[in-house]
Amino acid sequence: MSSDFFSMREIVKQYRMGEEVQTILKGIDLDIEEGEFLSVLGPSGSGKSTLMNIIGCLDTPTSGTYTLHGRVIRDLDQKQLARIRSREIGFIFQQFQLLPRLDAMKNVELPLIYAGVPPRERARRAEEMLVRVGLKDKMHHSRNQLSGGQQQRVAIARALATNPTLLLADEPTGALDQTTGAQVMELFEELHEEGRTIIMITHDLKIARHGSRIVNILDGELSEGVIADD
Amino acid sequence: MIKQKWTMLLENVSMSVANITSNKMRTFLTTLGIIIGVAAIIALMTVVQGATDTMNAQFDAMGLGTLRIQVNGTALKRGLNDDELQALLDCEHVAGISPSLNTTVSAKRGGAWSDSISVNGNGAEYFRHNPDLLKLGRAINVIDIERRSQVCLIDGGTAKTLFFGENPLGKTLYLNGREYVVVGTIDEEEDASLFAQILFGGQSDGTVYVPYTSAMKLMGTSTVSTLEVYLTDPDETDAAIEEMEILLDGIFNYKDDTYTIINMESMTDAMNLMTSMMMSLLVGIASIALVVGGIGIMNMMLVTVTERTTEIGLRKALGAEPGQIQIQFLMEAIILSLLGGVIGVFVGLTVSFLICINTDIMFSLNTFAIALGVTFSAAVGIIFGWAPARKASNLNPIDALRSV
Repeated sequence: MSSDFFSMREIVKQYRMGEEVQTILKGIDLDIEEGEFLSVLGPSGSGKSTLMNIIGCLDTPTSGTYTLHGRVIRDLDQKQLARIRSREIGFIFQQFQLLPRLDAMKNVELPLIYAGVPPRERARRAEEMLVRVGLKDKMHHSRNQLSGGQQQRVAIARALATNPTLLLADEPTGALDQTTGAQVMELFEELHEEGRTIIMITHDLKIARHGSRIVNILDGELSEGVIADD
Repeated sequence: MIKQKWTMLLENVSMSVANITSNKMRTFLTTLGIIIGVAAIIALMTVVQGATDTMNAQFDAMGLGTLRIQVNGTALKRGLNDDELQALLDCEHVAGISPSLNTTVSAKRGGAWSDSISVNGNGAEYFRHNPDLLKLGRAINVIDIERRSQVCLIDGGTAKTLFFGENPLGKTLYLNGREYVVVGTIDEEEDASLFAQILFGGQSDGTVYVPYTSAMKLMGTSTVSTLEVYLTDPDETDAAIEEMEILLDGIFNYKDDTYTIINMESMTDAMNLMTSMMMSLLVGIASIALVVGGIGIMNMMLVTVTERTTEIGLRKALGAEPGQIQIQFLMEAIILSLLGGVIGVFVGLTVSFLICINTDIMFSLNTFAIALGVTFSAAVGIIFGWAPARKASNLNPIDALRSV
């Protein structure tokens, strides 16, 4: 079975370290349906970051086929990969990665600039997204005026701004405390209910359980994990 | 598509400006090299240009169609006597001659005195060819020359020293003890001898113009060794020189180095060649400062790229193409160096203006120098910003994001 929306077949990633060749991903098969909330669970060093980079088109696999939204990601140059990142993927990072000199609005507008959206439309969409994540009154706050949770909300708004095919979150609660982490996860669940496709990478089973499906990654090999109970 | 590129460019400019203004001290120090380089180029070009213009104006004041004969003479014959002067005057292309004698005397008038007053002895022709020289009163005429009249024209410096607060016309003064009557005053701005003063470093309290015959008496000489020759037609300069060479060779028995005929026109050309060579040399040296400044910009940009690795990675993750990152950083380098260039232009103009007003050099806005300064600085930005921008655009987004 193979889906046109998201499928990975025999994905292998190798890095050359001098003479030695290290295989990080050892033939990964993964299919995702539109609207799924997938948690990729794995300890550090399991190859989950590498997998994320390939899913996020930040890197290309050594071999194997990766199809995203009907497009085969393979042998593309940096420019073409940038286009795909711009249109198809919304990134959410553990460290939020907001630019310090820009306010919340400008940070959310950033991907829209690269997508070539005209200024007025840009502002409108950025505002809409910030309202969506519950930061209506923080639009012009800069990074150091926002709490960690708020920063991650801005980052989520930024990821949503281009209306991407999938949201790709890398340990989104890793830098947050219990309470704010839980709030962020609530937001993810809401987005999932709205029909967004989410891939979340984490090492924390408790966090992973928020997903509608969990896969385990260990030593570069993927196995279907427990379906989230209750 | 073009509109989109344009918005992208504006976006890049505003991002660059934000980055540049966020660290003002560093920006200032980085651009300092460019500021100094451009300011040096502008100042040098403006001052040298001004000096050239001033010299040219002085040469023009001496007049086209004017030759100057400098006689070195021999041990037995030091200068030209009246008959020989007459023979020169009789040459076909010669309209008139004016011997020119210079000396320094002490001048006295009542209680006021000075022992460094320059005396210029000239012929009547001199004033005919420099009509603007006369400010008040009358010029020295042929009768004064023939009679060796003890009359003089004085400049502002002399008037200030000897006739402070008085109208000097008709008054008398003593030059080396001889009594002279002031018949006129000189307009300094038209004073061609000013240039001679600059060249020969004559630091005197003032200048007095007397008939050359009278000056000969003052100096105790009976011959003339310097004279100006006015030609009937400036186009006949070469023919006139040839004619006079034959005559002077005869007078000095074909001995070498007994006289020199100076052609003002060729002197102007030589001077212009010299100043333009000097200008290129100085601008060349100043350009080194600009290159050093450019390296400063490059260094700062490389530091910036390293510092902002995460930012670059993030921008890439959000969909920035390598080319867009490159343009952003290149733009930052260009804006930095242009900023330095513009400040440099102002500093350079201010410095050269101050130099000019303090040294009587003409100040004129050298648009070429300004254009050169600005273009140079932009070019420096492109050349030295290229490598760092390229480095930024080639950063792998994964490595970039991981470096947190």
